[in-house]
Amino acid sequence: MCSFQKALDEEISLTGKDILSQLLTNAGIASENQVPMCQDTGVAVVFLELGQDACISGGNIYDAVNEGVRKGYTEGYLRKSIVSHPLERKNTGDNTPAVIHTTIVPGDSLKITVAPKGGGSENMSGIKMLKPSEGVDGVKKFVLDTVRAAGPNPCPPIVLGIGIGGTFEKAALLAKEALLRPLGQPSNLPDIAELEKEMLELVNSIGIGPQGLGGKTTALAVHIKVHPCHIASLPVAVNINCHSARHKEAVL
Amino acid sequence: MGTSEVKQMPQISLTTPLSDDVVEKLRIGQRVLLNGVIYTGRDAAHKKLVDLLDQGKELPFELKGQVIYYVGPSPAKPGQVIGSAGPTTSGRMDAYAPRLIALGLKGMIGKGKRIPEVIKAIKQYKSVYFAAVGGAAALIARSIKECSVVAYPELGPEAIHRLVVENFPVIVVNDTLGGDLYDEGVKIYAAGK
Repeated sequence: MCSFQKALDEEISLTGKDILSQLLTNAGIASENQVPMCQDTGVAVVFLELGQDACISGGNIYDAVNEGVRKGYTEGYLRKSIVSHPLERKNTGDNTPAVIHTTIVPGDSLKITVAPKGGGSENMSGIKMLKPSEGVDGVKKFVLDTVRAAGPNPCPPIVLGIGIGGTFEKAALLAKEALLRPLGQPSNLPDIAELEKEMLELVNSIGIGPQGLGGKTTALAVHIKVHPCHIASLPVAVNINCHSARHKEAVL
Repeated sequence: MGTSEVKQMPQISLTTPLSDDVVEKLRIGQRVLLNGVIYTGRDAAHKKLVDLLDQGKELPFELKGQVIYYVGPSPAKPGQVIGSAGPTTSGRMDAYAPRLIALGLKGMIGKGKRIPEVIKAIKQYKSVYFAAVGGAAALIARSIKECSVVAYPELGPEAIHRLVVENFPVIVVNDTLGGDLYDEGVKIYAAGK
């Protein structure tokens, strides 16, 4: 909510200000009445960080996650937005299955991060395998092209998760993970933190603005994650999140 | 920032059904508070409507003068008329919209750009495309006073609902002159253009 207020103070478009103030009021109503800010309560993306010394007993952990999603979406009056087959498209009725990413980490605990992801912004995300010679300028161009092509569809102001490096699928996962960082917290790598700042200014100079109707608040934050990659590759993935960036963590 | 064609005009109130006269006076950037009956529909429902037309059958509601809101609400909590109910991306309805506009649909509410065929139909048949604020779903739900299912309950959130709205805030994006606020708005604020 502070980021909406800051954007409202800095926005120059009157329509943009009007929209940001509606979003601020909306966030207040949603919080006060415990109802969703946006009706698209997303696909349940769940990150599991499993300590290598922990032991899971009494059943399959993925079944447990899906049971949690089923209960949460039903008892919480959240929208069921999942179809069981991408081509046959029949709604599963309980928002399962979740998309689950698991990593093994040191220790004996289990950290669960739930990051519901809306369809409108996910649909406007993109990935490109650049030539290494294209370098940082190529990365900037691809990010701007993706944001421009997305225009109003992902409900700007948006949050950008950018993955640079790794492989085709690693870059996409890095981009998703980058979205998990608390809004606007810079990367702990100084050069990447600088690039995030520069990218945010660039993205906010192209005029898309709140809801794509013109203005300077196109993005609230740019988060970047990097990973080593092949000598021949420069993968870049841009995962777009709308302004309803909802995340929750728990450690067991 | 250059001089703007898109100045902020005072907000006006409109009540559905909409007539040609009313629609023709609307201009891009106009902020409108909508009142009266509107219908909901996403792509699954639009496909069913167009299938009915192909079969020469009647639609489940009278289209003339009406407004369709592209929305799939979240479930209502006990005591609520409707759950959160913000707009979905309109582009998914582009394949079906021109046919409905030609049959008298006077307005659409959603978010995101329309294809040239829709913009042309809006101009030719005198209709209007409004944007609601994507993500302002709890706020918009407050302006919805009644909600009932008209057709296709099996589609769940994608069923066609009849809504009665009061002061539902929208902005004119495509008007009968062929204007497009998405293009015009961004041009004004793009640096170095």
